[in-house]
Amino acid sequence: MSTDAQPAVEARLGPVDQIPLGEGRAFLVGDEPVAVFRPRSGGLHALRAICPHRGGPLADGLVDGEVVMCPLHNHQFSLADGTCATGADDVTAYAATEEDGELVVRLH
Amino acid sequence: MTQTATRPETPDAASTKSRLVVVGNGMSGARALEEILARGGGEQFAVTVFGDEPYGNYNRILLSEVLAGAAGEAVDNEDSDDLYLNPLDWYDENGITLHAGVRIVRIDRHAKVVLGDDGSVTPYDVLVLATGSRSFFPPMEGMWASDTELTPGVFGFRSLDDAQAMLAHVEQHRTAVVIGGGLLGLEAAAGLQAHGVAVHVVHPTEVLMNQQLEAEASKVLRSKLEQMGMHLHLGVKTNEILTADGRVSGVRFTDGSDLACDMVVVTAGIRPNIGLAMVSGLETQRAIVVDDKMRSVDDDAIFVVGECAQHRGEVYGVVGPLWEQAAVLADVVTGADPDAEYHGSRLATKLKVAGVDVAQMGVKAPERASDEFVQFSETGRGVYQTVVIRDGTLIGATLVGDVSKVAALTQAFDSRSALPEERVKLLFDLGSAGDASAAADLPDDTQICNCNGVSKGDLVACVEHGAESVSACMAQTRAGKGCGSCKGLVKEVVEAALGGAGVEDPADSYYVPGIPLDKPTLMREIRTRELKSVSSVFAALAPEGKEHVGSKMGLTALLRMMWPDDVVDERDGRFINDRVHANIQRDGTFSVVPRMSGGVTDAAQLRRIADVAEKHDIPMIKLTGGQRIDLLGVPKEKLPEVWADLDMPSGWAYGKSFRTVKTCVGTDFCRFGLGDSTRLGIDLEERYKGIEGPAKMKLAVSGCPRNCAESMVKDVGLVAVEGGKWQIYVGGAAGATIRQGDVLATVDTHEEAMTITGRFLQYYRENANWLERTYDFVPRMGLDHIIAVVVDDTEGIAAELDARMQASVDRYVDPWAADQTEATPGQFHDALPLVPLPQVPVREGSSR
Ligand code: SRM
Ligand SMILES: Cc1cc2nc3c(=O)[nH]c(=O)nc-3n(C[C@H](O)[C@H](O)[C@H](O)COP(=O)(O)OP(=O)(O)OC[C@H]3O[C@@H](n4cnc5c(N)ncnc54)[C@H](O)[C@@H]3O)c2cc1C
Ligand code: SF4
Ligand code: FES
Repeated sequence: MSTDAQPAVEARLGPVDQIPLGEGRAFLVGDEPVAVFRPRSGGLHALRAICPHRGGPLADGLVDGEVVMCPLHNHQFSLADGTCATGADDVTAYAATEEDGELVVRLH
Repeated sequence: MTQTATRPETPDAASTKSRLVVVGNGMSGARALEEILARGGGEQFAVTVFGDEPYGNYNRILLSEVLAGAAGEAVDNEDSDDLYLNPLDWYDENGITLHAGVRIVRIDRHAKVVLGDDGSVTPYDVLVLATGSRSFFPPMEGMWASDTELTPGVFGFRSLDDAQAMLAHVEQHRTAVVIGGGLLGLEAAAGLQAHGVAVHVVHPTEVLMNQQLEAEASKVLRSKLEQMGMHLHLGVKTNEILTADGRVSGVRFTDGSDLACDMVVVTAGIRPNIGLAMVSGLETQRAIVVDDKMRSVDDDAIFVVGECAQHRGEVYGVVGPLWEQAAVLADVVTGADPDAEYHGSRLATKLKVAGVDVAQMGVKAPERASDEFVQFSETGRGVYQTVVIRDGTLIGATLVGDVSKVAALTQAFDSRSALPEERVKLLFDLGSAGDASAAADLPDDTQICNCNGVSKGDLVACVEHGAESVSACMAQTRAGKGCGSCKGLVKEVVEAALGGAGVEDPADSYYVPGIPLDKPTLMREIRTRELKSVSSVFAALAPEGKEHVGSKMGLTALLRMMWPDDVVDERDGRFINDRVHANIQRDGTFSVVPRMSGGVTDAAQLRRIADVAEKHDIPMIKLTGGQRIDLLGVPKEKLPEVWADLDMPSGWAYGKSFRTVKTCVGTDFCRFGLGDSTRLGIDLEERYKGIEGPAKMKLAVSGCPRNCAESMVKDVGLVAVEGGKWQIYVGGAAGATIRQGDVLATVDTHEEAMTITGRFLQYYRENANWLERTYDFVPRMGLDHIIAVVVDDTEGIAAELDARMQASVDRYVDPWAADQTEATPGQFHDALPLVPLPQVPVREGSSR
């Protein structure tokens, strides 16, 4: 991403519980489609919403505490840093946090 | 070699990058590009590729399979992971300009431009020639219809177009002559035989595949091929192709005898495509002469890779060496390692020739009096193995029919390592444990899968990242998905990496990979601990209580079967299809298939479907193979509306569940009908609709043994027979696997047919492994055992099975009706916001 020059984008996306526990939902942050996941084991994670393999919707994937599995061809991406353990390209990871019950995503 | 290069987000001003042009979009051209991209070349170069075949880049090795028909589907489907190495969108994604179907006719080296046959003039800073080879057609009367066209019925075997032309031809033609009994010829012959064509292979010497094999090895191969019904004409030459009405009618041999045929395949060798280099003033001999940096010896801006390159006098014709060349080329071109050099490849080939395994490395036979030669042949089994040893190192090996020792031998050959004193141990006595350790000892950079360029290190990394089975590793790396000849070796490497020195992998028996229990034990634990949610199963039974993504679907299905009344519905345990009750498609939209029990519909229903399709601009309406209607391309957020407008029940085309019952018209209309197949089909579908299980359940009912509903190849298939009886077949399949169902029972009444079907399905639900279809389940359990339990009730559980099935039937709710309002927040929210839809090509009207 060549967004270095721009200031970091930060978005407040509303209540955290719009993401059901253990699932992911997609949001648009600036121009960037971002999938935010809320694993049962805790925490929030944000990845670019589009699978680098063939463009699958990562927010529709199954997740556990560590990875999301793309629903199209089952490539798995680390929730923490977007690295792919199954041979596809890595996906960009973003920061997602909860602030006063609200979901906040930062692109850097 | 992970690709870390980020994609260009916007097309940069071309002027800032230097221009890389690749001529030839075959296996080595594309491989060189991949290697260049992996070294960050995407940032450095504006890349343009010319290929005179009108496709993305495909795996030429698989053409044998395409011809044999096994990969027929792969050809139609541009998304195929199998045939296409890089489909067209790969080029887009990587910012590469591809001119498919354009041939480069000249290089102007002074102006540094390439000229295309479409009149285009394209400048380059760096040029890569990867023009490969073409079929060689020996001069022969009758070969050509004109200067450029072969006589109709004569084929080469090099390109996808060749394979498809042959496929079209074999539909009406019965006898083929293959000229040339090398690897390609035998592959072509086997492919044609698979279509029921009588095949004659004509080869000028007594030794088939003489490039790879010596006489004895070839003899073994020969007898195997003859057993397969191939006609071999060895030591004869073809003189002329005979024609009638301008088409092939036979061939004439040098001894004057004729052989009638309606098709000729010429596989008499290949010739590197060097015309372009010649007219452009580059040094060519057998191929384009390159230095150790894979550069033309005449021009520092021109690199050459693949079958069109001649390096230190060698021209290679298999992909292994090409991969090595591509890596060196990329190192030099990108500057990642400007000193990289290619020093030639030692050839070790693993092939499957017409279904026979062949591995060959180094020399074929002893060359000096002092060379040791170990030879083993077991003609009955069609096995022949030799090794050649010089000064204590392995310099050659040939294996035909049994290549189980190839791992150990390749290692000894590559590393020139010490050999066992008793040479025969090279071929025997390594046992399975020895094999696994041999695989474990292979250096990490040993290439295991040549088709897809997968090294041992790649496979081991896969295991280290959590892959738990051979098939998972194969899926992730694509190893073994080319010609398939390396599957055995892949298995050895993966098993060794999984820690089993030949040990059975216990994980194979787990119901799901994340919980180390087989299905009966898992069910017992779930029942005694009353675990009713996926998260509670993980917490109680998974190592460290950790969730495992690949196990969630299987557990959800199991719990829904075990606790029909009070399963805790955790939506995150479901696959997306089961969260939104539709089938996800490649662009993130969904397909909607309403239930039409027994494939019977009426005018009102059809009208409603038509109205819905029109109202929602459904991109494609299709009749499915399951006798119903599919509305494809529905965006997720529109699903509830589409269901509401349809006002029909779900057809469950998305779940691991009871799908359809195909029927024929039966007694109501058909003059042969013996039983009311339509009625029984509808009743079965109404009763068992949507019942979930370990995998899909597809049924059919036919009204007589003519079997128009294809009952013999269904999970459960029923056929009406004389006397008002129904024959019940189970374990049939005609999808990825073809299996004829076994007769479970012949029953007298409609009611019994319903009950036995339900009881079998319940037994299957409770005992099959996750994703195990009945075609694997029935043979695994044994038909006799299933008959004993399900029909004869020897275990006394029939009543319980029936009761548990009844409970599932009673609890059934239609998911479309139930989920009209969101079950979870954002259940139907688009998961790809603002991404233009659809990315799936939309077909017009009924044109295919
Ligand atoms: C729509 C349909 C093709 C069509 O246009 O006719 C179809 C479409 C799909 N089939 Fe099929 N199959 C369809 C009939 C069949 C049939 C024929 C039949 O049912 O009579 C078979 C062979 C019988 C069988 O099931 O074995 C069939 C064997 C498969 C297989 C191979 C299963 C196997 O183990 O052999 C798969 C892959 C899988 O299940 O993993 C598959 C998977 C698929 C999936 C679901 C791929 C996927 O996972 O996304 C396709 C969904 C496309 C989509 O986007 O909606 N489909 N598929 C047919 C739907 C029938 C229906 O009304 O429900
Ligand atoms: C049926 C079959 C089975 C095989 N099985 C095996 C196997 O089991 N194992 C193995 O290792 N190898 C096998 N091979 C060989 C392997 O496919 C080749 O070694 C490999 O494809 C060579 O790659 P290449 O890029 O050099 O040439 P190619 O793959 O032939 O690519 C060259 C491309 O350049 C294009 N081109 C040529 N001239 C121009 C021009 N002037 N302008 C634009 N484009 C041009 C051609 O159309 C072609 O698409 C098999 C080959 C065939 C045909
Ligand atoms: S299966 Fe029998 S009853 Fe059904 S259509 Fe065929 S011939 Fe007629
Ligand atoms: S698109 Fe995500 S795995 Fe293929």
